Amino acid sequence: MKATRESYGEALEKLGKKNKDIVVLDADLANATMTKKFKSLYPKRFFDMGIAEQDMIGTAAGFAIGGKIPFSSTFAIFAAGRAYEQIRNAIAYPNLNVKIAATHAGLTVGEDGASHQAIEDISLMRTIPNMTVISPCDDMETKWAIDWATKYNGPVYIRLTRPKVESIYGENPELIILENDEKQKSKEEKRNLKPKFEIGKMIVHGEGNDATVFATGVEVQEALKAKNELAKQSINIRVVDVHTIKPIDKETIIKCAKETDRVITIEDHSIIGGLGSAICEVLSEEFPTKVKRMGVQDKFGTSGKWHELLEEYGLDSKSIIEEVLKKQN
Amino acid sequence: MLSSDKEEFLKKTAKDIRKDILFQIYNAQSGHPGGALSCADILTAIYFEEKTNDDKVILSKGHASAALYAALAEHSEINKDELKTFRKYGSRLQGHPSSHALEKIDVSSGSLGQGLSIANGIALSNKLNKNDNKTYVILGDGEIAEGQVWEAAMTSSHYKLKNIIAFLDYNKMQIDGTNDEVMKSRPLDKKFKAFGWNVQEIDGHDFNQIIDAIENAKNSKKPNMIIANTVKGKGVSFMENQVGWHGKAPNEEQYNLAMKELS
Repeated sequence: MKATRESYGEALEKLGKKNKDIVVLDADLANATMTKKFKSLYPKRFFDMGIAEQDMIGTAAGFAIGGKIPFSSTFAIFAAGRAYEQIRNAIAYPNLNVKIAATHAGLTVGEDGASHQAIEDISLMRTIPNMTVISPCDDMETKWAIDWATKYNGPVYIRLTRPKVESIYGENPELIILENDEKQKSKEEKRNLKPKFEIGKMIVHGEGNDATVFATGVEVQEALKAKNELAKQSINIRVVDVHTIKPIDKETIIKCAKETDRVITIEDHSIIGGLGSAICEVLSEEFPTKVKRMGVQDKFGTSGKWHELLEEYGLDSKSIIEEVLKKQN
Repeated sequence: MLSSDKEEFLKKTAKDIRKDILFQIYNAQSGHPGGALSCADILTAIYFEEKTNDDKVILSKGHASAALYAALAEHSEINKDELKTFRKYGSRLQGHPSSHALEKIDVSSGSLGQGLSIANGIALSNKLNKNDNKTYVILGDGEIAEGQVWEAAMTSSHYKLKNIIAFLDYNKMQIDGTNDEVMKSRPLDKKFKAFGWNVQEIDGHDFNQIIDAIENAKNSKKPNMIIANTVKGKGVSFMENQVGWHGKAPNEEQYNLAMKELS
């Protein structure tokens, strides 16, 4: 179990050693965004900007113009929210090579409450031209994403979260449900079945036809848990890990809509403008399909334990199971 | 002190830049003459006397874009003929400077208050690269009501960015009226000093003072703010110190009159 923000910190630590052009900016949250690891190892390439996110984003733009690869971190609400216009005008418009790694996204911030829970950031970021939006679900996927972002020349928004999550693609792949015939395969063969991370290409777990659940970030583990449980009742769903929200993988969306009875989306984000909207946009134009959008239903979050909030807001595996069963009965 | 030849050359160049500014805005029937004319001498000094190829220029008050394009044209970095495309569909000379549209623009601007932050990032990169390149920034006096300017001012001084040479184009007017009427920002010298800057106050239309201030700034241990007292609409009598000429294009009669004054 590891939080994606921790994975981000570890990725920076590793990449920072190899690539001397990487600089890291933070707005007095290095201990929470986990850029502190980079800070302690490469203090000359770490810049604390104080509690001034707009200035941080502008400074990151300047670093990119100066030939560096800046990673800017703060909580998602202060990056995508407070510095929105700076991201749009200073970074995306001139298409600068700035990476915004925003942590503590969604309700899963938990105890801090609504003021700190960004449930609009995917929506805000994906409307900006030139912007790539990534929302990884586990340790390995986060590291893949950060590695990719470092090599890619252009603005990237990476949505990271606070709580520890299951390892889905790492050493501990028990959450990957192998289809019946695959259960017989050797360990070696199973390793080869591991999905490949490719930006803009969704990862499909399973081949069930009863429903497709498109999930992103922390919701991927919830959806996989639901998939496991439902399989016991002979209801076979497929879970699609949408790690790249933009560019969106139209092909996989259409294929799944064609092959399965129902389409459900789930995100720790508002149902307005996020993953659910992105899926609906594609389907309404290409293959009109009824879609159930699970997410925060146009309201603010509140304080509480993160898993308690997922339960209360209908974003846990149990809620997914209930939703899938609704139509089954 | 500049030689009298040099001073004459700069004055003549600034006059040509002013004519280019008016031509663009008249031709487009759109643009911001007042604040473009007020910073024309500062841009002339930077482009024709101070800037090296590795230095960068940020026109943070991006609405004065006509002045920047005029300087680039007079400096032969773009074709003078291109000025007729200013603010028109398909032009590289966008309403507000865009580095994406025109490579010679170091930094896109237009949304006020952001240039100094970007300058900090460039200056920090130069520091990491251990070079001596300078970053020139031109700020508007209305612009400094943006809180981000002061966030950035703190950053410049926190990171000791002595390689930043900023100008405040202090013409004391903005869209809705004088600075004092809209949002009183005085005393600016004391504010920037309190933020840890090396502050100089000059006549922003006197080339000797502009060049001296830049030369002094190069030896400073602190980020540099040159408060340049300027006249909005400078060089065209009926535009001078008139709030109304902030963002208005002259008609044919006004244009001819203005060009006559500048010839």
